Amino acid sequence: MAGRKLRLCFKGVAATVSVHDTAEPNRRDFLYIATGAVGAVGVAAVAWPFIDQMNPDAATLALAEIDVDISQVAEGQSITAKWRGKPVFIRQRTAKEVEEAKAVDLGSLKDPVARNANLPSDAEATDANRAAEGKEQWLVMIGVCTHLGCIPLGQSGPYDGWFCPCHGSAYDTAGRIRQGPAPENMAIPPFEFTTDTNIRIG
Amino acid sequence: MQWLDARLPLPRLMYDSFVAYPVPRNLNYAYTFGGILAIFLVVQILTGVVLAMHYAANSAIAFDSVEKIMRDVNWGWMLRYMHANGASFFFIAVYVHIFRGLYYGSYKAPREVLWILGVIIFLLMMATAFMGYVLPWGQMSFWGATVITGFFTAFPLIGDPIQQLLLGGFAVDNATLNRFFSLHYLLPFMIAGVVILHVWALHVTGQTNPTGVEVKSSKDTVPFTPHATIKDSFAMAIFLILFAYMVFYLPNYLGHADNYIEANPLKTPSHIVPEWYFLPFYAMLRAITFNIGPIDSKLGGVLVMFGSILVLFFVPWLDTSRIRSTAFRPVYKIFFWILVADCIFLGWLGSRPAEGIYPALALAGTIYYFGHFLFVLPVLGLVETPARLPGSISESVLAKHGGSGTPVGAAAAPETKG
Amino acid sequence: MKKILPALLAMGLAFAPASLAFAQDGQGPTENSASEQAAAGEDASAEAAEEGHAETPHYPLKEPETLSWSFAGPFGHWDVGQLQRGLKVYKEVCSACHGMRLVAFRNLEALGYNEAQVKAFAGEYTVQDGPNGDGEMFDRPGIPSDYFPSPFPNHEAAAAANNGAAPPDFSLLAKARAVERGFPTFLFDLFSQYQEGGPNYIHALLTGYGQEPSPQVESLIQEGTYYNPYFISGPALAMPPPLSDDQVEYPDGAPQTVDQYARDVAAFMMWAAEPHLAERKATGFVVMIFLVVFAGLLFVVKRRVWAGTPH
Repeated sequence: MAGRKLRLCFKGVAATVSVHDTAEPNRRDFLYIATGAVGAVGVAAVAWPFIDQMNPDAATLALAEIDVDISQVAEGQSITAKWRGKPVFIRQRTAKEVEEAKAVDLGSLKDPVARNANLPSDAEATDANRAAEGKEQWLVMIGVCTHLGCIPLGQSGPYDGWFCPCHGSAYDTAGRIRQGPAPENMAIPPFEFTTDTNIRIG
Repeated sequence: MQWLDARLPLPRLMYDSFVAYPVPRNLNYAYTFGGILAIFLVVQILTGVVLAMHYAANSAIAFDSVEKIMRDVNWGWMLRYMHANGASFFFIAVYVHIFRGLYYGSYKAPREVLWILGVIIFLLMMATAFMGYVLPWGQMSFWGATVITGFFTAFPLIGDPIQQLLLGGFAVDNATLNRFFSLHYLLPFMIAGVVILHVWALHVTGQTNPTGVEVKSSKDTVPFTPHATIKDSFAMAIFLILFAYMVFYLPNYLGHADNYIEANPLKTPSHIVPEWYFLPFYAMLRAITFNIGPIDSKLGGVLVMFGSILVLFFVPWLDTSRIRSTAFRPVYKIFFWILVADCIFLGWLGSRPAEGIYPALALAGTIYYFGHFLFVLPVLGLVETPARLPGSISESVLAKHGGSGTPVGAAAAPETKG
Repeated sequence: MKKILPALLAMGLAFAPASLAFAQDGQGPTENSASEQAAAGEDASAEAAEEGHAETPHYPLKEPETLSWSFAGPFGHWDVGQLQRGLKVYKEVCSACHGMRLVAFRNLEALGYNEAQVKAFAGEYTVQDGPNGDGEMFDRPGIPSDYFPSPFPNHEAAAAANNGAAPPDFSLLAKARAVERGFPTFLFDLFSQYQEGGPNYIHALLTGYGQEPSPQVESLIQEGTYYNPYFISGPALAMPPPLSDDQVEYPDGAPQTVDQYARDVAAFMMWAAEPHLAERKATGFVVMIFLVVFAGLLFVVKRRVWAGTPH
């Protein structure tokens, strides 16, 4: 059916070339235009499935949830879970890291928005809005540099947070972009604590 | 356009080939199937390319990956059914196209090369379709591949090594599936290449037409656009309606239920049949149940089957008639329609189990098939008295219109069956 | 008009058998002549098959009855209540032996369940996952993205537990079984859009137990198999009669009979095999309307283009 496309190129021509030996040679015919328009609609309609098939399929979309056991993560430690094919950093921050993050003046942030999927999209990038709700030690975020998708190294860089070795973006202890080419804070996925030792991401 | 034309005359080529190109004014709808075939080649390539984005050519997961396309991929069910039924409609169109060529003598001088290129396309199509059918890795896929590659074992000495070479093993397995996928992806582009040659050859010699009289003056022709384009478009739309009917309402009608069972190398389905478009050839393969001198029945069947296609290559020289169009050959016309019926009959026999009277009927059908090309075609051309030919295309057209009150009606009848 | 006829004739070449059928269509496309000969057991792949090869009569011995299904025809759609009942039958009876590995719990939303119901349904199943941090496989409750777990870990185990005949997976069974229709019925099927051979077969099989075989057939029946004249690849199959009246409780008041169970589970299996069926037919309707309109327009344009050109 998509083949109609090709044919239509010809037909488009057919529609505009006036027929040489009809009685009314120069009349722009509504009929030709209508036919061409219907054909164009058909081509567009057929093109869509061919494009849409590249979108994530139903099985991929369904792989939304993972449970992560965090009972083994002590203060100052992190684990990395895989969610939707991407690494999710789960870190129990030290009190010092939390203090550092809280002390940052919001005006000095490159990206003032929290980028937290659990909050409204215009929430401010305060530490409280970045950390897990009610458990300010815990930071759960997608460990993908917002520049071009590399995975930053933990507890390194000038802000003691994360540092992306690819192009030198530096994040602070709340995962907020502070320096370098990355435009946004690292994203917080939708998650919740189902128990004190279990996080459900997705 | 002029800027481009001066550097690469592609616009001019397209204009000369598809706009200004003169076509005989009396072409009927049987002549629209060339364009329909072009469309279906495009449909098959487009749907095939997107299916390949989701398909996995590995015998462990091929079957499931096809099911994933059917269940999870957005529009996957439609794309796959279009591809599967598209193959069938490709063959429907190609058979009409071939028989139209036979009826109107489109193979006769000076169009021998055009015809031979067409037969090559037909062979490539068969190879492509066969390998494509293996990819879903169902029971019919697997056993079809086993049987078809088994043809080669019929040849003494070299047969077994050739089969192992083709399969990449001692039986159809992962290696076979992988190479079939690779070739199934490659061959359509080879078909497209030969199609370009085919169209080129067509545009060198010009089209035949239902009278078989060559174009003599510009009065005999009309410009390709808009006349032929709009006529082709209409025929395509009709053909697409039939196609859509099958895709959306009867998508599995032309397929086989066993192919929804994953391939099992240890269990053969009790009744293996190829896809419908191979059935006539399959019937001829099975018709040879006896040894012919030094040739055993197995080799004989394979030779007959390949021969049934090879004979098409020689049709331009087997036909001795001076008259091109069957419309003016009253006796041959009868034989032509018998051939058509014979092919359909063979197709039906190919779907029957090889038991009872069926092999004998298949043998009779096979004998007629070859008899048509090897006996009727050369002999009848010499002895038949043709009807009177019109002087030119325009003469024949105007005669039809000059006659009675119904301008093109009844007089058109003999030449319009394709 | 005058050129339409040749066009049809041109196509007639390819569709010669079809047009033949059209000619006979007056007798009714859905007519199932009783004279139709029992077709060859074409689909012998039923893994439960225990067939006797010598002197084979053609299987199935009896043609399945053609039932009317909500999903048949150009406006086919699912009867959600029926599918829910079918799921219940599958879950409570069939799933003891038959898997359905290509269907995920999330797909059940198509049966009219909401997300929470699907979650609860999935949670009733135990799914193996892993390896965990210690490298061990572990069991957990199912979640919507899981697929129906199979009752046996592999084909061999399934065969070993069932007298050598592994129960086939249900995912595609409704499309993988087709009793041959024979000439000329298969031509009528083109016009009646008959695609329900699978569910008809499944229903016939499930309701076909308990009949008395003819003495000639009886000699072909192997020990430990059950006579069923509708079985596609032999006189008898390894599966004992699975359903009995009042075996599954229907909350919606539908009759709790073997016949109704068989209909419901067959419809459910058709859904499992072709989940996009209703969507396909609905899309098809739009496409057909569009193409007919487009072809009509093209025809009128074609007439106009050729109006001054005798041909």
